[in-house]
Amino acid sequence: MRFRTVALSLTVVATLALAAWAGAADTPGVTATEVKIGHTNPYSGNASAYGTIGKVITAYFKKANEEGGVNGRKINFVTYDDAYSPPKTVEMVRKLVEQDQVAFVFNTLGTPTNSAIHKYMNQQKVPHLFLATGATKWGDPEHFPWTMGWQPTYQTEGKIYAQYILNNVPNAKVGILYQNDDYGKDYVKGLKDGLGDAAKKIIVMEQTYEATDATIDSQIVNLKNSGANVFYNVTIPKYAVQAIKKTHDIGWKPLHLLNNVSASVGQVMKPVGSDASRGILTTQYLKDPTDPQWKNDKGYQDWLAFMKKYYPEGNVEDAFNVYGYSAAQTMVQVLKQCGNDLSRESIMKQAASLKDFMLPMALPGIKVNTGPKDFYPIEQEQLAKFDGERWVLFGEVYDASKK
Amino acid sequence: MDIFLQQVVSGLATGGIYASLALALVMIYQATDVVNFAQGEMAMFSTYLAWSMLNAGLPYWVAFAATLALAFVGGLLIERIVIRPVENAPVLAVVIVCIGLLVILNSVAGWIYSYIQKPFPSPFPNAPIKLGNVVFGAHDLGAIGITLVVLLFLYVFFRYTTLGLAMRAAAQNPVSSRLCGVRVGWMLAIGWGLAALVGAVAGIMVAPIVFLDPNMMAGILIYAFASATLGGFTSPGGAVVGGLLVGVIENLVGTYVRFIGTELKLTVALAIIVIVLVVKPSGLFGRVVVRRV
Repeated sequence: MRFRTVALSLTVVATLALAAWAGAADTPGVTATEVKIGHTNPYSGNASAYGTIGKVITAYFKKANEEGGVNGRKINFVTYDDAYSPPKTVEMVRKLVEQDQVAFVFNTLGTPTNSAIHKYMNQQKVPHLFLATGATKWGDPEHFPWTMGWQPTYQTEGKIYAQYILNNVPNAKVGILYQNDDYGKDYVKGLKDGLGDAAKKIIVMEQTYEATDATIDSQIVNLKNSGANVFYNVTIPKYAVQAIKKTHDIGWKPLHLLNNVSASVGQVMKPVGSDASRGILTTQYLKDPTDPQWKNDKGYQDWLAFMKKYYPEGNVEDAFNVYGYSAAQTMVQVLKQCGNDLSRESIMKQAASLKDFMLPMALPGIKVNTGPKDFYPIEQEQLAKFDGERWVLFGEVYDASKK
Repeated sequence: MDIFLQQVVSGLATGGIYASLALALVMIYQATDVVNFAQGEMAMFSTYLAWSMLNAGLPYWVAFAATLALAFVGGLLIERIVIRPVENAPVLAVVIVCIGLLVILNSVAGWIYSYIQKPFPSPFPNAPIKLGNVVFGAHDLGAIGITLVVLLFLYVFFRYTTLGLAMRAAAQNPVSSRLCGVRVGWMLAIGWGLAALVGAVAGIMVAPIVFLDPNMMAGILIYAFASATLGGFTSPGGAVVGGLLVGVIENLVGTYVRFIGTELKLTVALAIIVIVLVVKPSGLFGRVVVRRV
């Protein structure tokens, strides 16, 4: 009897070890004890305000590892600086895939940067998961089955603003400032689609800037002179602060719609000052860490405790630290669902099988859902207004998957 | 007409930024015959020093003066430690050293102060100034004023002081200067110190507009080069006029020339550099340098 138990346990152990070994042999970056994940982020350069996202993800995986890892495997997170420069992203991602041999690439940041590696990842058949960009093109499983976005798309956000304008601003005249790339154009398309036939009449001016420009003052001057009473501000944080300040300095007082991409209190609204930033609208899908209504919320308290323990130098007013935390949690959930099968196919399959997954730092009612034909994990958002100190949510949670 | 005037005023404001950094570029070229690619990053670093002092509670003008003093010493040290060993090397070697300096200063600033952008206070009132339908910030006007003061200071310094004259001589003809008793090595070091000081003024004036982060000078440096080239690398006054011109041209072309629009604004700066170098290499106000070869 005793012999049989021992033999049985031995067989089980041997089978498990064999299974782990077999999985390890198949997928680069996966061993019995480790899964290697690649990442690029602008730690330097014009978009370096996002650098903290890479740091907070690193901290979260450290926490996951200290708590025993995922299904017994530790996460080895390799993150490189691409300075928001597409050629550098290509170089770094090729290094990750070909030299470092990562299992997959996660939360690479930026629309132009991810566009540069989009085809490469799909040719190499390496999962390109939960990108830190809301361009609509990341949800195209038919043509790019290895790429999946994460946050609500820029087009969805644009449509929400359009609806707000149509319902609340009589005689709206919209002036747009956008970054001249897929990210900016996606936001503009969303707004135009949302406005429908009225778009031609309502949008009175469109101005662009390049991510290498010194200032955007001239564009703001043109927008003011166009007579616009709504300012649709599609800029990354470096230019968002300049745009908000210049708008204030030249005495232009439009209804200011700021894209969620720059809606960080710590990085944008605080530096620019409450006089200039009061009254600005944005959309949100995550709990803003400066909002006192979450003070006693379990999700917020857990996040705060995590920040204090694993990323004490991080800014607890910075929404990007909530962003990275939530993205990393989604990733860990996918790895959990994979069980012991960490082949690249299985990782993609599980990423596309998230069902009503709740993120503790997402707004109440927002759930993560994906499917074989639905590569848009988060599709719900809510409007918020800046009161000089913090974002105040208002209105209903808008669900793009239902419209 | 309103939009034309407003774009011109806004162009002068940004042009003032370019002018202040262009002035530092010209300053170091005059004093040492070197085109310093690290000028922007030196200015940025000085601005961070000012920021630290302001954060420590020093009054604005005390921090301002202390920053200029520190920048001067810093520039002096950079020349002694980094540039001196390549003093007699070919121009290209000096350029590479300067670019190395640029990367180092940028990364060190990022390492110490992080890449998060910080607001930087302005010594001028916050309220916008209105002239008819044209509106501009008081800081824009003040920054141009300060640039002009620096220009005046440099003009007087290089034209009427013994030290200034000795510095120009040392830059242009080190051998003869040495024979006349000018301590050429020290002149070059002082030149770097002064250029760093002028750069620090530029940084402190620019930061309230573009916000302080380690990359704040990256875009501006290209425009400053265009300004200095347009005005002439040998003429401080030319650099200021060049800066203001580039600012205005950039805005007007971006607004009125359809196919350029706001997409090719930076290209305009580069085109200015190329056109000036082809048509009039010494710039609008520059002296034609003739060298015996």
